[in-house]
Amino acid sequence: MALEELFKNVTKRFNDDAPEEHEPVFKCPRCQQTTPESKFQELNKVCPHCNYHARLTAAERMRLTVDSGSFVEYDAEMHSADPLQFPGYARKVESLQTMTGLKDAVITGECTIKGSRTVLIIMDSHFMMASMGSVVGEKITRAFETATEKGLPVVAFTASGGARMQEGIISLMQMAKTSAAVAKHNDAGLLYLTVMTDPTTGGVTASFASLGDIILAEPKVLIGFAGRRVIEGTIRQRLPDNFQLAEFLQEKGFVDMIVERRSMRSTLSHLLKLHGYDREQEAGGA
Amino acid sequence: MEQQQQHRTAWERQLLIRDKNRPTVRDYIPRIFTDFYEMHGDRNFGDDGAIIGGIGRLNGLPVTILAQVKGRNLRENKASNFAMPHPEGYRKALRLAHQAEKFHRPIICLIDTPGAFCGVEAEERGQGEAIARNIAEFMMLKTPVISVVLGEAGSGGALALGVCDALAMLENALYSVISPRGAASILWKDASREQEACEVMQITAEDMVRFGVAEAIIPEPEAGAQGDIDKISANIKEYLAETITEKLQKDIDVLQKERYTKFRKIGVFEEN
Repeated sequence: MALEELFKNVTKRFNDDAPEEHEPVFKCPRCQQTTPESKFQELNKVCPHCNYHARLTAAERMRLTVDSGSFVEYDAEMHSADPLQFPGYARKVESLQTMTGLKDAVITGECTIKGSRTVLIIMDSHFMMASMGSVVGEKITRAFETATEKGLPVVAFTASGGARMQEGIISLMQMAKTSAAVAKHNDAGLLYLTVMTDPTTGGVTASFASLGDIILAEPKVLIGFAGRRVIEGTIRQRLPDNFQLAEFLQEKGFVDMIVERRSMRSTLSHLLKLHGYDREQEAGGA
Repeated sequence: MEQQQQHRTAWERQLLIRDKNRPTVRDYIPRIFTDFYEMHGDRNFGDDGAIIGGIGRLNGLPVTILAQVKGRNLRENKASNFAMPHPEGYRKALRLAHQAEKFHRPIICLIDTPGAFCGVEAEERGQGEAIARNIAEFMMLKTPVISVVLGEAGSGGALALGVCDALAMLENALYSVISPRGAASILWKDASREQEACEVMQITAEDMVRFGVAEAIIPEPEAGAQGDIDKISANIKEYLAETITEKLQKDIDVLQKERYTKFRKIGVFEEN
């Protein structure tokens, strides 16, 4: 009897565990709970337990955002030239290019979103935490300049660990360059929508990402200037869990709206149309 | 003299600018300007002791002065937070920059900061937004802006006063995207390798000229700025007077266009 019970338990445990052994799980960095990978994918990488909107690749973001087949990429071939001959940098870039299929951490171009033509910027944290070096800075600057020339709005999905240290002071100057292009686009009376995604920090927060006419963010994403560990080191105490999350930033007055991934495309479309951008083709101003 | 100083390594310069006898803006302002009046507050939250703002005269010409304040001792450093500004410091600077624009005064920014402050309140009050706003708005100011890096220029916290028509570095000053210590701890997980990081990062005045970030290097006395404060002040004053005269001769449209181009062309990449 006892032996039979024992075997029952073992069999049961074996069966319960079986699917998990085959299927990887997503462990949420916010609530620590796990979700089977297939379900996580089905939910477009949103944690079903706490609604944390996890990181997407640029390709995934594109699929959820643009009208199918409408995207035309700008500057697709631009890549880093390792200006400081920084130890290990060229090799790191090369291996990330192979791993991600990207040339660098941002994709820029033109598309329509529910029929409204716009310039689109998508940063991809899978490429060196989307740090901003020359390539990221130049592509974003050109995207704003093209939008200004064509009288188009800009939608930018931001994500970044900050400046790309391996490009030294040149990376810092990308903050000035991109912000200058935003200022000119702004002067031309054109709309710029920022969507802050996980994580938007450092030099990107301290430049073009914070300059949107309207700033949207996905739920539970990390947004800040300084890194959490840096601040904890300065004040020598642990920070509250919600510190630097989108909701915290909204409470402090730095985010206009928190928008769920499933409503992002329609929200962007409405905001574009509310500002008069309802044409599929470029036109002389809106 | 100049030959000899060319051989100071980035690390030697780092030690020189960390020296507590290195002059600060409190030494420079009375030696360079007359009739200086300090203005306080961002009209929104408070006053930040890490940035001094005010008006004064440079050889008789009214100018607005924005300066990051290092302390020489603990009391001074407590008041100026070791020259690490909070958002209200940057917002005060921006307020006074717009005031300068209104009254057609050139703006002089004296940069000397390890970086913007990293703390809870700085985040709550939007450190990133404050820096971003300064960068974008300084770019469009309709008055000349001249910046001088006195000691260290740390990252975005320096750039918030560094969008300008011309930037000069004191000979031993350093301008860096991340502190050598920070770089070492990220790169090699070992902050004690900061000396090595200091050389790899390419952060000297000569490097800044090479990258198109700075236009001029202001020579320091052989022992560094601390060796002869009157002399280095005179050198800074001479540079400012010459540069402002040159910039004031230009049409504002031309000046703005050149300012945009100065930053627009910085970047190294390939396209094939």
